[in-house]
Amino acid sequence: MIITALLVINLAAAAVLAFMGDRKLAPELNIAGSAATFAASLALAVRVHDEGPFVAGGGFFFVDAFNVYLAVLTAFVSMTTAVFSRRYMAHERRHGKIGHKGMRFYHAMFQLFIFAMLLALLTNNIGVLWIAMELATLSTVLLVSLYRTPPAVEAAWKYFILCGVGIAQALFGTVLLYFAAEKIFGEGSNGLLWTNLSAAAGSLEPTVLSIAFIFLMVGYGTKVGLVPLHNWLPDAHSEGPTPISAVLSGLLLNVALYALVRCKVLVDGATHSHKAGYIMMVFGLLSVLVAAFSLLRQKDVKRMFAYSSIEHMGIATFAFGLGGPVATFGALLHMLVHSLTKSSIFFTVGHAAQMHSTQDISRIGGLVKGNPLVGWGLMFGVAAIAGMPPFGVFTSEFLILTALIKDAPYFVPLFLLGIAVAFAALFRRVIPMVFGDAPSWQKPIKASHMPVLVHMGLALGLGLYLPGFLSEWFHMAVEMLVK
Amino acid sequence: MTVSFAAQINSVLAALILLASFGLLVQRRIYGLLHIFAWQGLLLSISAAVVGYSAGLHHLYISAALTLSLKVIALPYILYVLIHRLKIHREVEEVVRIPTTMLIGIALVVFSYHLTAPITELSDLVTRSTLAVALATIMLGLLMMITRKKAVTQIIGFLAMENGLFFAATSATYGMPLVVELGVALDILIAAFIFGIFFFQIRTTFDTLDLKAMERLKEEE
Repeated sequence: MIITALLVINLAAAAVLAFMGDRKLAPELNIAGSAATFAASLALAVRVHDEGPFVAGGGFFFVDAFNVYLAVLTAFVSMTTAVFSRRYMAHERRHGKIGHKGMRFYHAMFQLFIFAMLLALLTNNIGVLWIAMELATLSTVLLVSLYRTPPAVEAAWKYFILCGVGIAQALFGTVLLYFAAEKIFGEGSNGLLWTNLSAAAGSLEPTVLSIAFIFLMVGYGTKVGLVPLHNWLPDAHSEGPTPISAVLSGLLLNVALYALVRCKVLVDGATHSHKAGYIMMVFGLLSVLVAAFSLLRQKDVKRMFAYSSIEHMGIATFAFGLGGPVATFGALLHMLVHSLTKSSIFFTVGHAAQMHSTQDISRIGGLVKGNPLVGWGLMFGVAAIAGMPPFGVFTSEFLILTALIKDAPYFVPLFLLGIAVAFAALFRRVIPMVFGDAPSWQKPIKASHMPVLVHMGLALGLGLYLPGFLSEWFHMAVEMLVK
Repeated sequence: MTVSFAAQINSVLAALILLASFGLLVQRRIYGLLHIFAWQGLLLSISAAVVGYSAGLHHLYISAALTLSLKVIALPYILYVLIHRLKIHREVEEVVRIPTTMLIGIALVVFSYHLTAPITELSDLVTRSTLAVALATIMLGLLMMITRKKAVTQIIGFLAMENGLFFAATSATYGMPLVVELGVALDILIAAFIFGIFFFQIRTTFDTLDLKAMERLKEEE
């Protein structure tokens, strides 16, 4: 019941906004739709908290601690992004970057995108999970090319083709999973239901599942943005409108990683080995290192933070691969705090780019003087994402590092090198942007402060104190993931 | 129809599908590509129907009908209209190093047989031997997307990959559950509209559908 409401709100909002996307109250309606979704997701969370995991809709939906926290996070960040995009997109509209049709399209597709992600999170059917992931790509492709500049069209085409190809591999992996499941469950949808599969994981054919995992890893790994499958990500983040960069980075990557981890649980259960984990560790560590060194030579501010997202998704993937209760707990927390911090950074960066009419790092300066909240918001955001205490990212990275020292000490130097290089690269670029004198081309803008304040407050709060219900959920999710 | 007879027909169809994939790899004319693509779809649809008949599974008839309407009629028609409107039907694409491409293609087929060998051993379906062909079709579609530099041909490669996926589903498992089949078909249809819009966006921003023009976004030093 709640799940249906949760999904229908987005679809209805998308349909209504497709008709009135550029009217006066459209941004407010966009916010209202997202807020209603957030309320519904909270209701769902309360139910999971009280009753534990449950299956609904004749087995079609499955909600447990792992996906409910991501669903709440998705609904929350989409709500704050909708708030941010009201002023941001109005500015873009005034400056003629986007027209009447563009606005309508933007609003409708934003809601459809949120719908696709929530469907991917809540469905129990791994086939539907694939369909929803593909839908999430398709709904954002034309948003990336919204400004119709040559680089934007190129970025969108790259995104469309690379993710299309990648996700096709994931479908092949899903077919192989179904092939293994069919032997136990017979024909029909039963063989694709995650709850059935995980219950019977021990009797699934290990050879088939190992091969399937390679395809799933490549497929969903492309969407997570893991090196060497990451090429679409910096382009799509730098050329699309900033609210879209924020939700791509903060939410879509998480959902893709979620899909991968769900599949990993099945493969682990079938093969009784750590093979899938090793593959994820290699991809994860490679992403951390390559992204950290790529950060050093970025000139475009949004592109730089896109690489930072690759780094952090690499950390989370690495931690899930490492396995064990501590690392998995750290990975779950990392997905949460990275999402909050990174979307907040994109909000401030978006405003900074509007103030200077450019995304070129060397032409942005004196943010603290121009707009203190944007300036300090960016500074604290970067401190948080680089892993400075007392922010949440520090806690999660510290947990992962502790587990790493215990379980696989030979990886510690490489892991620390990646984090240190990223730290240095980010600060070297960001300090000149934030402090110093404001350049003559800087113009004041109407910024939306609320989303930044709320996100940074939460990122700080989660670093200082983890609420009881949240750690309880994480423990439940860890129990499910580490068998 | 006996089971072995159905298996033989299916093998012949698989061979023809693989042949069509190689045809796509070397065909230079845009209408030629479209025809081969439609033929491949038709073969797929027949294969699904044959498997459905011999195994007595009626949901495969729906899959076959879906393939027929989507991949033999709708998608080629959409592409035909787009090509006509964009006035690129006379264009002949330069395909470099055909022999090398063919050799890589053959290597991919061998690789597919090697990779799927342990899986095929486990199966008792009449269609099991064709799983390798399905994977090869996916790989060859991928190869086509890498070697071609025009937007329309890349899309045809992309759709050929989808054909391979569908074939994998029918040959390894007698088709995915209907919910999934329908969802995938819907996704492909949405994708078709998106690339339709894309062709026009690329044309208006770059004055050409040649992707060589798209080289702005690179890592700068």
